[in-house]
Formats: sequence, structure tokens, C-alpha cells
Amino acid sequence: MSLHDQSLPELARNISHGASRNIQLDRRDFLKILGGGLLVCLAPASAWVQESGRAFGGHELPKDVSAWLHIAAVGKVTVFTGKVEVGQNIRTSLAQQVAEELRVPFDSITMVMGDTDLTPWDMGTFGSRTTLTMGPQLRTMAAAARETLVQMAAERWQVNAATLTAANGKVIDSKQSRSFTYGELTHGEKLIKTVSGEEHLTPATEWKIAGTAVAKVDGRDFVTGAHKYPSDMILPEMQFGAVLRPDGFNAKLASLDTSAAEKLNGVRVVRDGDFVGVVAPDAYTAQHALTSIQANWNVPTQPSHEGLYEYLKSNPETADENGVQHVAGSVKEAMASVDIKLEHQYTVAYIAHAPLEPRAAVATWADGRLTVWTGTQRPFGVRDELMEAFKLNPAQVRVIQPDMGSGYGGKHTGEAAIEAARLAKSAGKPVKVIWTRQEEFTWAYFRPAGLIEIKAGVRRDGTLVAWEHHNYNSGPAAIATPYDVANQVIQYHPAKSPLRQGSYRGLAATANHFARESHMDTLAHSAGLDPLAFRLKNLTDTRLRAVLQAAADKFGWGRSKSTPDRGFGMACGTDKGGYVATCAEVHIDAATRKVTIHRIVEAWESGAIVNPDGLRNQVMGGIVQAIGGALFEQILFANGRILNAHFAQYRLPRFSDTPQIEVVLLDRKDLPSAGAGETGIVGLAPAVANAIFAATGTRLRNMPMAPAHDRQHESGTQFQS
Amino acid sequence: MADFILNVNGAHVHVQAPFDESLLSVLRNRLHLTGTKYGCGEGQCGACTVLLDGEATRSCLVAVGSAANAKIITIEGLEHDGKLSAVQQAFLDEGAFQCGYCTAGMILSATGLLQRTPKPTAEQIVDAMNGNLCRCGTYPRIVAAIQRAAQSMPAKGANR
Ligand code: FES
Ligand code: FES
Repeated sequence: MSLHDQSLPELARNISHGASRNIQLDRRDFLKILGGGLLVCLAPASAWVQESGRAFGGHELPKDVSAWLHIAAVGKVTVFTGKVEVGQNIRTSLAQQVAEELRVPFDSITMVMGDTDLTPWDMGTFGSRTTLTMGPQLRTMAAAARETLVQMAAERWQVNAATLTAANGKVIDSKQSRSFTYGELTHGEKLIKTVSGEEHLTPATEWKIAGTAVAKVDGRDFVTGAHKYPSDMILPEMQFGAVLRPDGFNAKLASLDTSAAEKLNGVRVVRDGDFVGVVAPDAYTAQHALTSIQANWNVPTQPSHEGLYEYLKSNPETADENGVQHVAGSVKEAMASVDIKLEHQYTVAYIAHAPLEPRAAVATWADGRLTVWTGTQRPFGVRDELMEAFKLNPAQVRVIQPDMGSGYGGKHTGEAAIEAARLAKSAGKPVKVIWTRQEEFTWAYFRPAGLIEIKAGVRRDGTLVAWEHHNYNSGPAAIATPYDVANQVIQYHPAKSPLRQGSYRGLAATANHFARESHMDTLAHSAGLDPLAFRLKNLTDTRLRAVLQAAADKFGWGRSKSTPDRGFGMACGTDKGGYVATCAEVHIDAATRKVTIHRIVEAWESGAIVNPDGLRNQVMGGIVQAIGGALFEQILFANGRILNAHFAQYRLPRFSDTPQIEVVLLDRKDLPSAGAGETGIVGLAPAVANAIFAATGTRLRNMPMAPAHDRQHESGTQFQS
Repeated sequence: MADFILNVNGAHVHVQAPFDESLLSVLRNRLHLTGTKYGCGEGQCGACTVLLDGEATRSCLVAVGSAANAKIITIEGLEHDGKLSAVQQAFLDEGAFQCGYCTAGMILSATGLLQRTPKPTAEQIVDAMNGNLCRCGTYPRIVAAIQRAAQSMPAKGANR
């Protein structure tokens, strides 16, 4: 079979069927399937693969290669990676890095992503890992491919490879004024190159494609409606499914009457224990059938958002309190001798990811094999869930993740995929399930709520000497202080969460930065020092100092004094290789106490910039998203029910909430590129809290800081937004 | 079930649907025009926005029966002869999206605005667009895209 006989997906499927499950596959078989060209794999033993396995405590090393790259006989380059595109722009930024190392035009690259049949196993797209690990892996393979091609040309011309250069998809012999295109070199060849991860990579200072503002791949499809999201998939004979939801969490079905639903034309009711679903020929009928089901549920008594933080503190996850993260010196002794002592509690509420595209899946069974298109950040994780649910082996399940309507850490799981598969199996036809907004607000999972207690001591001259930080439930991300302080106790206390909770953009870095940077600000004021001067006095981390200074300069920090109706605040921090500093100007209406974020300046540094336009977009998006959690987003719940599961009741940041935003990017070409989709979110809340304090003298320690009127008694705020 | 002739993107199409099925559901599920998105079904997010006789309208709140006599324009109907509309082009030029799921609704809302108010002020843009959510937070770029489109457009209207 030749390369031209197969479509790309067929070709890739064939490759992966043979290879991804068994890297030991005979090389000739491998090449036979591929049809020709040059295939580059990263060897499982390479440093990069080990790194990404080790970093995720306990998960086995990938059994196969982590990514591969193919240069076809026509010179087209196809990159296969299990990472997924959810709006963070890695389809573009990864292709830029491959084009750079391979010396090919950007548009000769096709990225095949997030498809469990076509791409090598991948843990998932989260934790800002793509740029940090997948980027170098792909660059390594591309560099090896380039060197191989140069070598091939050298052999054909019988010259020393060192006299040749690679550029623009060609190997060039400038002395003799001759060249081969990559396609000419790979034509008729059947080569596999396994890379160990030792290749020489092009330094960022010499980048020509990486490091530039290449426009988003397929951008046009997003403005014409042509792009197909998971919820847009349509298959022949496809039916529509819907699932009956319990009246509350942990509810048990008491009684059920589906007779009215069953009488509807073409409707099938599927029941399996407490799972009740319907399948109908169209979406309207599916919803109609669902609402005509009579069900009664027994819902147990459960905690509510009232008294939540006491609950979290008094319900530890583990009996023994051994979760100490970090201890240095003696906080107790240091506190005995300091001039200024401050001890406060901070809280953050549960919030929802609310991706604009809710969970969606289309499932189809054929010959005992299940294929599901769904929106997920972990296609291989969802494949595992499906294997488990239906007792299948890996070869019997394929999960495909079309670039989706985002996730922000909220789509690690495969609920809709399992539901669609279950209904499709029963119906014997493909079934689509799209969660309603209310379902997404209720049956997904939440960013953890948390209580943070900080105790700190400072000498009269402003030297920070003691720091104790306890986080209950919200999480350990960025819990360590970046400031220099000799005596520390820093501890994360997992708790029994009354709600299902999970990952969220930045994880607990938002909560820990909110508490830490608010506390630092209070200390600065207590010591009579300017917040910038106080931070710099206690900070030696040069990267953090640099963003702090850059933000302050751009903002004009110190140029004007805060007044009761206008406050200035700042915050800074670091996590996952990203460094951020945020300055906020906040306006406060004296009569209504309405808080308006007027201007934000954020400085950002995450090593060498791969795509400045994409990076700017991410940092800005993080700032806007942060406004919600800072000022008004909060999940309200009682007795296993979400009380505000609609956009009308759960307020998200809108155009009118958006301040003037200026993003300052620091490009450290001498440092490896780190991910930037998450940490840009952490600076806003404390910067705004500090600005409100500077204006009014009121310290807000509970997020959200300016919730709707009827919630204000709980968070003790009189501010509104 | 009833029979309707809808005027969608300049073509007359026949569709069978219950009178009270939402226009959004009919467009997506019966006519397979999936560019129009579901975000809430409750008029709160704007992802489903289409033009109904030139007015930006939440298609999730419109019963198909009541749209039968209107000129419906969806995101698929803005491009003409391979040429993007001024608003589409401006969104592309400004990179005014991340995941892009809100983009169709944003473009239709902006198109409706510019037809009514060809040179909107910043406040008019915020007022007109405030019903459209972008969870990725690209609002500043969307405002910039609308301003760019307003500048680039002939005085006639945004639809071309
Ligand atoms: S889907 Fe119509 S406004 Fe949200
Ligand atoms: S770009 Fe993702 S919702 Fe707007």
C-alpha cells in the first residue's frame, strides 16, 4: 500500500494500531504501514519522557513513545501528540517550534492531536505542561529529523554534512548552488529514526518562526462557523440522548414512572440501576421525553455553603495530620521577638469553570468497537473510563477530541462520553449527549473552596522573619512563599469536600496568592512601608523582582496617592515556571460602595516567548477570568443541590466588568519556555483587595469580595460590583 | 410537527419541527448549521445569536414557528464569494478569540450593532455586547475588533 492510497487519518490509525501499543514492532512492518518517508520517534528511555512520567507522581512511564513526527515523501510534515487544543493555542505554538527546528515553512506542518487511535499516549493537557515538556520533545525530534535529512543529502552528493545547511524545507549546498527538497530526500525512503533526547536545539536568540506572532492555525474556521466542536459532530442516523438527573447529590431513586415518555414517537427509555436516560430521534423530543418522566428521589441531608469554612477545618481528609509541606527555623521563637505580628483568616468559595461549551459527546458502536467524540482535556483518561465502564480493551475504544469550547481544568473527566456510549449501545445507533447549562453547573466539579490562616512577624525595619501558612482544602499549589523568610511553617490540610471538586486554571495558586499577597500588603502598611518597597526588601528571586519592577514602572506605581474613591494595589507571585506581577487601579463609588476595576497592568515572564500574540491573549484572558472569582463568582449550595446553576444567578465577568488591561511581556531568551495558560490568573484578586484597602482602609479577606447583595452578610463586605 | 419554510442565509429551506422548538435547535439539529452555538438556552450568554431581519437575536429564545417569516442570517451566511464580512475579518485580524466558542455569537451581535450604529462609541459597544459571554476573557480584543470593523466598513452596513 502506498502513502497516496491512504488518507491521513487512515494512515495514522494504521501506524498507531501497529506501533503505539508496541514500540518493539518490527521496523519493516512499521515502514510498510507508513508507506514511506521519514518517521522520527522519541525513545521511551529519553530524558524528556522520563521527566513527564516522574512529574506526575506514581503514574507509570508511557509504554510507548510520547510523540512522533513524520515527513512524507512529498515533504509534508505531520506531528502526532496526545495533547489537546482548548483555546490555549498550542496547535499553533507547537507547530511553530517544529517548523523552527526542522527549517520548514510553518504551513507545511499538520498537527494531529488528542485522538487515542492516532496519537501516542498522553497523560492529559493540564498543569501548564505542554510548553514545558511537549515543546522540547517535539523540538528534539524535529532537530533529529533535520540532521538526518542533511546527512542523507551529504551521502547523495558525497560531501561533508558540515558544509550543508537546512532551510525552508530544503538541504542546501551553497558552494555548489544545489539543493534537495525534503520530499526529494524522503521519496522512496523508508526510514525510522529513534531520538534519545540529546539533540542540539536552536537557541531562542536564533528563532525565526518560533518566537513570532504566527496567527492561530485554522483561524478562519472560527470566524465562519466551519470549525466543528465536539457538540457539533453529526453522524448518519444519529439519535439524541438525555439523562435523568437526581434531585440532589448522593440521592437514591425512590420511584420511577417512565410510561408517558415511552409512549412518545421513537423514544426509548434506558434504565440501569439509578441511571435513567432517554434516546429520541431529535433533540426536542429527547428533552420532552425527559421532562415527562416522573421520578422521586431520597436526598440525604448535606452541608451547605453556610458555615462551610468551619466545616472544612473540622473535617480533615486524613486522620493523621501529616501533611506538612515545609518547615524552616522556628516560627514560635521568631514570633516571640518580632515587633509586628499579624494573624488573619482568608477564604475562597467554590466556583464553577463554566466553559461556554458544556460537556458533549457523540458515541457510536460498530463491531464491538466504541468511538466517542468528546470535549476533554484527557482523551486517554476518558478512554480508560470507557474501558472500565464497558469492560473493553484499549483496542476497542477510540476517543477523539475535536478542538473544544475550552475547559480551564474543568473537563478532565468523561461523564458525557460514558452517557452517550451507554445510550448508543442500547439504541444500536450513534447518540449525541450535550449537557444543559444547569447540568454543567451541577454535575461537573468545582474549584475547591478553602480556608487559609496566616500568621506572620516582621521587624520594625520591615524584615520578614516568621511566616506560618495553613491551607484547608483549597490545595497546595504555590503554597510556598517566594519571599525570604528564615522561619516558616507551611502546610496544606486536605479536607472532606462536601462538593465534588477538582482541577481549575491555576489550581490553589489563586487562593494561596490571594491570602499571601493580602497578608504581605497588610504587613507593609503595618510597618509603614510602601508595598513595593516592602516586597523588594524581602525578595531575592531575580525573576520575580523583574516582573514586579516592570509592572510597577508601566503602572506608574507611587506616582499618585490612593484616595477614598480611588485605590492602587499590587501583588506578585510565581508558579509552574511563570512569574507574574499585577497592579490594579480600583474606583469606589462613595454612595453605593460599588467597586470598579479601572485599570490592570500585568507583567509576565515565562522564559523564552514562543508566540507573543498567543501569550498576550492567554495572560489577558487569565486576568479577565480572575475578575469573577475575585469579586462575584460563588457556588451556592444546600442539601446536595446547587442553588445558582444558571448564568442569570451565577455571574460571570462580562464586557462591562473588563478594565483597561496592559500586559507587559518579558522575553527571557536565555531560559526555557514554560507554560502560560494558568499562572497569569493569580495576581488579580490580591491586587484588587490591596487597592480597595488602600482606598478605604477596609481589608477584604473573603473571595468573592463583592458578591450580590443577599450574600454580603456572609463575607462581611459592604462592597458591591 | 409542522412544516415551515425558513429563509436562512438567503435560501428558502423546508423543515419539519414542532412549532415551539427553538430556532437554535432547528438550525443546529435539523438544518445542521452548527456554527450557531448553545451556551445556556436561557438568553444569558449570546452564543446562539443570529440576525432576524437584521436584529441580533438569541435563537434559543425564539420558537421556530415565529421565525418563519423572518430573514435569518447565521454565521455561515456572512461570508460572500469567499470574502469574509468586515466583522469576521476584523475578528481574525485582531485574534479576538481563544477557544472560539463564543465567536459566532459575538460576530452576529457585533454585526447587528454596526448595522444600527455604524460608528459606535466604546460605551455603545459594551452596552450592545454585554449579553454575550466569553469565558476565555477575550473582551478587550473583541472591542478592538468591532472598532476595527467599524473603521473598515463602507457606510452602508455590516453585512457585506
Ligand atoms: S444559548 Fe441562547 S443565550 Fe445562551
Ligand atoms: S473564546 Fe472561548 S469563550 Fe470566547
